[in-house]
Amino acid sequence: MSTLNRRGFMKGALLGAMMAAGLITGHAFAADFPTAKVNTTGLAVTDTTVKVGILHSATGTMAISETGSIQAEKLAIEQINAMGGILGRKIEIVQEDGASDWPTFAEKAKKLLEKDKVASVMGCWTSASRKAALPVFEKDNGLLFYPTFYEGLEQSKNVFYTGQEATQQILAGLDWIAKEKNAKTFYLIGSDYIWPRTSMKIARKHIEQHLGGKVVGEEYIALGDTQFGSVINKIKLKKPDVIYAAVVGGSNVAWFKQLNAAGLNSSKQTMLTISVTEDEVLGIGGENLAGFYSAMKYFQSQDNDSNKKFVEAFKKRWGKDAVIGDVTQAAYLGPWLYKAAVERAGSFDVDKVQAALPGYEFKDAPEGSVTVEANHHLTTKLRIGQWGKDGQAKVVYTSGYIKPDPFPKGYQ
Amino acid sequence: MFGYSMAEIGNIVVMQGFSGLSMFTVLLLMALGLAIIFGQMGVINMAHGEFMTIGAYTTVMLSKVAATYGFTNYYFIFAILIAFGLAFIVGYFIEFVMIRHLYKRPLDTLLATWGLSLVMQQIFRSTFGAKEVSAELPEWMLGSFQPTPDIDIPINGVFVMGLAALVTFGVYMFMFKSRWGLRVRATVQNRTMAGAVGINTAKVDRVTFALGCGIAGIAGAAFTTIASTGPTTGTLYIVDSFMVVVFGGAASIVGTIASAFGIAQAQSVLQFFMTSSMGKVSTLLAIVTILMMKPEGLFASKLRK
Repeated sequence: MSTLNRRGFMKGALLGAMMAAGLITGHAFAADFPTAKVNTTGLAVTDTTVKVGILHSATGTMAISETGSIQAEKLAIEQINAMGGILGRKIEIVQEDGASDWPTFAEKAKKLLEKDKVASVMGCWTSASRKAALPVFEKDNGLLFYPTFYEGLEQSKNVFYTGQEATQQILAGLDWIAKEKNAKTFYLIGSDYIWPRTSMKIARKHIEQHLGGKVVGEEYIALGDTQFGSVINKIKLKKPDVIYAAVVGGSNVAWFKQLNAAGLNSSKQTMLTISVTEDEVLGIGGENLAGFYSAMKYFQSQDNDSNKKFVEAFKKRWGKDAVIGDVTQAAYLGPWLYKAAVERAGSFDVDKVQAALPGYEFKDAPEGSVTVEANHHLTTKLRIGQWGKDGQAKVVYTSGYIKPDPFPKGYQ
Repeated sequence: MFGYSMAEIGNIVVMQGFSGLSMFTVLLLMALGLAIIFGQMGVINMAHGEFMTIGAYTTVMLSKVAATYGFTNYYFIFAILIAFGLAFIVGYFIEFVMIRHLYKRPLDTLLATWGLSLVMQQIFRSTFGAKEVSAELPEWMLGSFQPTPDIDIPINGVFVMGLAALVTFGVYMFMFKSRWGLRVRATVQNRTMAGAVGINTAKVDRVTFALGCGIAGIAGAAFTTIASTGPTTGTLYIVDSFMVVVFGGAASIVGTIASAFGIAQAQSVLQFFMTSSMGKVSTLLAIVTILMMKPEGLFASKLRK
């Protein structure tokens, strides 16, 4: 018996056994999609495998944030493989480390696309790393699934943005707090770089033009700064109804600890942040955060079946102490969206895949159903979570579906 | 004035004053260990921040143990002592393995300790994971004193202040009132002569270096009350520490104190009247200007050259 025949026999036997066991119904098999047909552009796709890149910072200062994304993407890929892969092909991961260094991201993206010929890449976290890698993706016609909520003002045919852009996160959150807390005066505070500054610009416009409110202070803190004494005193003088915060990284911890120590806990001061997820809470400590609000599209505590399954699988894979933040969930969507896109296209060719994804509704996403729009962003809901001492947020408000608008009119 | 009532202004003066003082003690704790090592031995210790991180992780780990066994309210005192001890031991070891070979090449210490800091960061990352963690604070350290309804004095700030005062006093006693301090000062002033009169200069160096590292460990433990702990936490503090030491005049403990006080007050006041970033920038500009006029720092040591 020749090797070919034997393999064919084995496959047939296995298939028969699995079908008999009722394990698979209607799943695609590689044999139904010959590589010569579904991959005409020379990507790393064989009859049994497809290579997909993961490009995040596993080292350096951003490793803190990006570790969760790597874990979520690996989990999704393992689950997809367990289901039989994409068009019958198992996903092989090629992981590269961006090392928190933006030029390295561009270099590694080039390596993944040109040398490894990966069919798509899950990756980048900061806007800086995305902006650095973007020209490479556009030049080599690669496909990137980008998970972080970000400032918007960008759209590329080579990128799908699985996090929210600024208007989705900001407008609905401000609307809610203005109405719910009858808030008129706002104090804006953020770390000093592009994302908080752009976000605050949009927030200020919305507060002044649509909510009839007033911004009584706007403050930016150097990244990594841990001294908030003067800022907190200013806030105490202005007595704003709401602090609207986008402080990131280690500064966050200092910010909340000192705010509490200065007597501005949640019983005296309302705060809405757009930068605190379950991941940050590990550092901040639930007791410093209790009672404050975060505006995110996903919280680990969200109560629905697909989320319960996701949380369980994540903890089983990465340890019971693992927590899932907004970006981690968005990263988890990437491989699933890619699988759906390839199956809709019936091809691995990048042009066909990216044309096939818009319009797709991912019903079983942990955050609930999301839809890919023509501008490569997702239509999602915004949720407001109130933090508890245990480091988990209770979802107190869920918006309707918000269409993404990366270039908002009147807010630029 | 500025649209505030006099009572409000009064409250703010009190709280701003406290905020400046609290920043002063933080800067002082950061810089003290560095100043001892840099000033007494001429070693530029780029790994100073990582010794702080050792102290911080020690505290975080102990807080976990304390939470499990229910002595959260008392553990912090032990945490400080153990943080000092661990950082001291690691420093002692590092001096023996690496630093002592580099005393005649001060610039190389910069490179070597920088490499050391990277190695230590990776060790932290491999041991504790990349995510930032936080120590659970004893309940008595949370919250604030309220002498009047509008004034809040953070308790953790007061605690750090007390600790800084204690450490500074300890360093002063050690350097100026103990036989060890005498030997250190003798070694700094004239190494050959100190050796000739029977001082074991190699041992003095080792203990001084380890002491500087131990103080960094205390600083790290103290900072868990105001900030988080991660593998790269140390890098956040290292620039500020150097700024204080260089501005103060490298060889002088008094200079370090004065410089920490000056920088903290300037920054605190400027940050209140300007934006936070501009406050920092203005402070830095002022420091650069003063250093251009006094290149040796505020309190240059009067050594015969």
